[in-house]
Amino acid sequence: METSFYNGLERYRAQTAVVDDTGVTLTYEDLENYAKKIGELLPQRSLAFCYCENTAGSLCSYIGCLYNSVVVLLLNRSIDKELNQELMNRYKPSFIFAPVEDRDIYSDYSDMYTEHGYMLLERGNKTSICLHDELALLLTTSGSTGSPKLVKQSFSNIQSNAQAIAEYLELDGEERPITTLPMNYTYGLSIINSHLQVGATICMTTKGILQKEFWDFFRQQQATSFGGVPYTYEMLKKLRFFGMKLPSLRTMTQAGGKLTPKLHKEFAQYAKEQGKRFVVMYGQTEATARMAYLPYEKSLDKYGSMGIAIPGGKFELIDVDGKIITASDTVGELVYYGPNVTLGYAEGLEDLKIGDERKGKLITGDMAKRDEDGYYYIVGRKKRFLKIFGNRVNLDECERMLHTEFVQNECACGGVDDKLCIYYTGSSMRGQSSISHDFDTEKGEEIGKKMEQFLSHKTGLHPSAFVSMQVEEIPKNDAGKILYKELPAIG
Amino acid sequence: MSNVEKYNKAFVEALEITADLLNEKLTYQSIENWDSVGHMSLVAELEDSFDIMMETDDIIDFSSYEKGKEILKKYGIEI
Repeated sequence: METSFYNGLERYRAQTAVVDDTGVTLTYEDLENYAKKIGELLPQRSLAFCYCENTAGSLCSYIGCLYNSVVVLLLNRSIDKELNQELMNRYKPSFIFAPVEDRDIYSDYSDMYTEHGYMLLERGNKTSICLHDELALLLTTSGSTGSPKLVKQSFSNIQSNAQAIAEYLELDGEERPITTLPMNYTYGLSIINSHLQVGATICMTTKGILQKEFWDFFRQQQATSFGGVPYTYEMLKKLRFFGMKLPSLRTMTQAGGKLTPKLHKEFAQYAKEQGKRFVVMYGQTEATARMAYLPYEKSLDKYGSMGIAIPGGKFELIDVDGKIITASDTVGELVYYGPNVTLGYAEGLEDLKIGDERKGKLITGDMAKRDEDGYYYIVGRKKRFLKIFGNRVNLDECERMLHTEFVQNECACGGVDDKLCIYYTGSSMRGQSSISHDFDTEKGEEIGKKMEQFLSHKTGLHPSAFVSMQVEEIPKNDAGKILYKELPAIG
Repeated sequence: MSNVEKYNKAFVEALEITADLLNEKLTYQSIENWDSVGHMSLVAELEDSFDIMMETDDIIDFSSYEKGKEILKKYGIEI
């Protein structure tokens, strides 16, 4: 077998693999010993769920699975209960890794092993399942909108992407990235994978950038890099980050949505003046994590661009007729080719048997153009979703949820990144059956507020990301399709 | 409006909560709405209402309803 970040741990033996803010420090050898222990307990090709948080125990569980060819679904420890139940029902995992504090949640599972604050639990009656040989890892697509759809990633997907990232970011064993993103989120995970590939030390904290403890840990551990979604960079700016003294910091990366060109420029400028690197990147869970990066030397010249394809990858722009666009500055749909294009989606156990459905080609759903120097710029999306604080929120799914909950009103969802707008009609236009919200007793504005709160609750995203607007009617064409472009703009 | 009224109003509006939650138990991430997004709205509301500019260290140290009162003292605001 080829050496990879998860099975080549012995390469870095005594080097520190992870240090977390609960005081746990583990070398690569410790990590490997833990993985071997897991290998004695779990049969290869079994299915496990891992409830993640940014701690050493969580990292060990994940690596333990990959090391032993146990297929693992990574979920946030604070996952929505209903969604978790739905996934449990669909996949019936034989094993669970979770923080010891959460023991009560998994009462129908029995204890097998506990270390570094994480317990390994086992299901009483295990379902025998068939998993495709290439399948390594499962991640949620849009977690936040409560979709149980999963992305299937192969061993070679995660290894090739980790290697490509380590190469273009020029990572080495001296790096000390600090966690700023959940490890079950593809971008957060790619930072972990690419750094384990080179023998670096991952500094894991459950605290966020708005907490004093985070920055104390950052300084104490002499962190060298972090990643952030656009909202992270907006917060950093408001925190007056540019005035903070962080001599150990060398690199900042950005992905998970498009940064405004203005903010891109400001951070690029700051990095240049301070002798640091600012690297804007582009990716999707469907491409394991990364597809493109803007080399830091170009971050100021080419601000607003998401860069060029990663090593081993390639882009094409396709016009409406499916033809390849060769001219520069022409918008088309972005298509990516590379070894990190994932196997496909899973919506149930049966799908885990199926192998590669994409054959290295991913139609991204993003509209982009390329300048004459070969740098790509995202200009919009073909699919109807928004990125809210780095989370993909499917607008059609939101409409469906509103439709079920607010039977008396017609709704449409639109808006811009970080601001979803709910358009709703005031009068009762849809049947009288199963009235869950009696419109007569409520004013239109109150309904709008309730809808905002409902979506905020369902997605687990802050209510300030949702606004509502009452409209006379939802504009539709003759076929009954909503004409989103005719809805009033917000703001 | 008194300082305490202004202070409470900032919490109610930024975190979209009711006034009965305003007590010593209210801390960062103790409720869903006081997450990073809520925190930044809260800081913005407080800066507007009291016409101040909070320093980085105070923004990240602002970890609870009670702690905030202490921090605002530095800016000459008694709650």
